[in-house]
Amino acid sequence: MESIAILIETEQDIIIARSEVRSMAAAMGFRLTDQTRLATVASELARNIVKYAGRGRLIAQPMSDTDGRSGLRLIFEDQGPGIADIDAAMRDGYSTSGGLGKGLPGSRRLVDEFQIESHVGRGTRVTVIRWLSP
Amino acid sequence: MYTPQRIPILKVGRVLIVPIQVDMDDATAMQLQERILAELERTGARGVLIDISLLEMVDSFIGRMLSDIAAMTRIMDARTVVAGMQPAVAITLVELGLELPGVDTVLNVDEGIRLLRDEFGIREEASEEPPDFELSDHWKA
Repeated sequence: MESIAILIETEQDIIIARSEVRSMAAAMGFRLTDQTRLATVASELARNIVKYAGRGRLIAQPMSDTDGRSGLRLIFEDQGPGIADIDAAMRDGYSTSGGLGKGLPGSRRLVDEFQIESHVGRGTRVTVIRWLSP
Repeated sequence: MYTPQRIPILKVGRVLIVPIQVDMDDATAMQLQERILAELERTGARGVLIDISLLEMVDSFIGRMLSDIAAMTRIMDARTVVAGMQPAVAITLVELGLELPGVDTVLNVDEGIRLLRDEFGIREEASEEPPDFELSDHWKA
């Protein structure tokens, strides 16, 4: 299956992101709960891009590891202001925008692998993977 | 220019029924919140029943909207019940860390009506029954 890249700039793009990720997860054979987890992660992290960076992109990549296990990798990247304190941003309830502070820590709980890199003034990249259970 | 989708708000007795049947963007969600409060004031309804059985995903934004609507309607002396959450949505919400504080949830719309009526005492208005009338001979035939 081909990877896809989605420009994330408006609130409409958040809807496109979650619907594309759900379709891809369904086509790969993820069960309904995992489709919902992945769509929700896409919604949370795409919204972060719109809210904090203004624009960025989502890359959705079907992949497999050396054991032949397959999974879906989602990469959210932007060239926005970056996150000054990543440890704080990963804590439940921490928000610089008056939000609930659930986006990053909550998203981490919905996937198997979660990696965040951010540089102040240069941007942020969040990479998540959910593996397909055999 | 983009305009938010319009989600129907139906008034049945003293309850507003809000069936959410589309994947809402943020603007639609915000507008819905305002419209529900305006309709509560305009109609004097005492209960709000939001049917989310067709929603395939509730993220922190929509979750917060549901909590906010429940809190705001309570301040306006009304109650909000959220009906029909799909199991996969419930699992994801809890993992996300959103337990929808202050929101009463029920399995379906029937249960929601029952809760509003039996627990919260929200009943049909007695004063607005349709007037009695006789069918004319013409229609009885």
